[in-house]
Amino acid sequence: MHNKTLAQLSQALHAKEISSVELTQHFLNRISRFDEQLNSFITVTPERALDQARAADQRLQNGTASFLTGIPLAQKDIFCTLGVKTSCGSKMLDNFISPYNATTVEKLDAAGMVMLGKTNMDEFAMGSSNETSFYGAVKNPWDLKAVPGGSSGGSAAAVAARLAPVATGTDTGGSIRQPAALCGITGIKPTYGRVSRYGMIAFASSLDQGGPMTRNAEDAAYLLKEMAGFDLRDSTSVDSPVPDYVATLNDSLEGLRIGLPKEFFSKDLNSEMAQTLETAIKELEKLGAIVKEVSLPNSHLAIPVYYVVAPAECSSNLSRFDGVRFGYRCENPKDLSDLYKRSRGEGFGSEVKRRIMIGTYALSAGYYDAYYLKAQQIRRLISEDYKKAFEEVDIIASPTSPTPAFNLGEKTDDPVTMYLSDIYTIAVNLAGIPALSMPAGFINQRPVGLQLMGNYFSEAKLLNVAHRFQKETDWHLQTPTGF
Amino acid sequence: MSLSSAEVDKIAHLARIALNQADVPKYAENLSNILHLVEQMNLIDTSNILPMAHPMDMAARMRPDVVTETDQRALFQSIAPQVDVGLYLVPKVIE
Repeated sequence: MHNKTLAQLSQALHAKEISSVELTQHFLNRISRFDEQLNSFITVTPERALDQARAADQRLQNGTASFLTGIPLAQKDIFCTLGVKTSCGSKMLDNFISPYNATTVEKLDAAGMVMLGKTNMDEFAMGSSNETSFYGAVKNPWDLKAVPGGSSGGSAAAVAARLAPVATGTDTGGSIRQPAALCGITGIKPTYGRVSRYGMIAFASSLDQGGPMTRNAEDAAYLLKEMAGFDLRDSTSVDSPVPDYVATLNDSLEGLRIGLPKEFFSKDLNSEMAQTLETAIKELEKLGAIVKEVSLPNSHLAIPVYYVVAPAECSSNLSRFDGVRFGYRCENPKDLSDLYKRSRGEGFGSEVKRRIMIGTYALSAGYYDAYYLKAQQIRRLISEDYKKAFEEVDIIASPTSPTPAFNLGEKTDDPVTMYLSDIYTIAVNLAGIPALSMPAGFINQRPVGLQLMGNYFSEAKLLNVAHRFQKETDWHLQTPTGF
Repeated sequence: MSLSSAEVDKIAHLARIALNQADVPKYAENLSNILHLVEQMNLIDTSNILPMAHPMDMAARMRPDVVTETDQRALFQSIAPQVDVGLYLVPKVIE
């Protein structure tokens, strides 16, 4: 049951071969059996899940069920969920029972999906290895010594180990794509504004975007169709119709122009990685795609720009955590200033504190022009690079991550080393374009991801390319042993 | 640009974050490394380039001036650290 695609699960539920309660129980059992090894969930919600499953079974009985009704999923613990602890991976919100639902939760609930629980993540989505979580690191199901990537590491590990059929993630600098690559699953970061940010705890508001994390592109198309759409409650939500991502999955790739950025396939890329990706790209050529070199001349500046823009926005967004209205409050504050400072000092982990402080510094008097304004100007150059490239090609392919999963503890000493693991994903967020990562091979039994980037609102094309690729390859069908 | 421990203390104060004094030198080192990384930006001439605050360069959406949120004070205060008669309590600010 846990190896089935969404279409197969939906078919089984509608044909009454299995009930949603049985299916939900099956996944809950898998979580209790395996998650001790992985730590992919912060909170499991069996009662809520079985209630939803019973309601789904009723809808399946009385004919009001939709395609996703009765199918379980895991929500990243960044999405506010009414009556359920929503921690964002932080001690700051360890006691936070959300008084409202994120739009994504509301929409998937309304579709009749069954939430199994909330997945582990880097604290406030700040990290690339899931090691900054207050609840401890998540392990990679392919190798328990390895990180699952971050920040949506819990969602990636849970889907890879088939503890949930699908999951949600969020991506500010690669947080859907990099863990998808490291855990051997498919993940798509949609165009900025495509999926509502309402109730998705804010990290860097001009970069954050939610999206699906699934075992294949077809599942991602079904889930994104449900997640996407205009939301009045998100001031940057885009008001344009959601295409039927499923309808175009099988479109021909004949004549599709794929750009390979010369900056990303330089001699700096390790040779095993380059070889693996070359083989994957050849597969796309066999399907009719035409490959050509493109240039993204400012891409090397994406990390420096990101580490000004994201911390600046985070220092503002995270000022709401003050120990007054919700969340952690320190013991016996001696005055208001002490209350703020100790609640934040004790409630935030060190990576979050670093980023708040970098942002505070970059925005402080006398430094604003040199850091924040400068970063915004280069952000435009990076975005223009993509605009130019998309005049010549339809999509751009690159590695998702410079290496397969690294070992736990390998990069925790120096934040800058960790930051460099997002070198291929960050520019996409700065430009606001969509991109996905799909399984494309293995190096030393650890999965490798191929990233596909597209122009604004080209999610359907990206999913189409990934789906056609997955019909010819079986990387996405490989499963880690022991689960 | 390298930050001294004193500068880190000042930034931490601006951000209203209490740091363990023993951790300050490590923060100074880490933050300085991040600033070194960021300084690659200085190699680029950005005169006459319009800053980009937002991927879509979109303007704020307007909406009719009508009430859309209902009062949920009791619900929101049910998760507050300390409240009394509908007010959030903090240590005394003015003697």
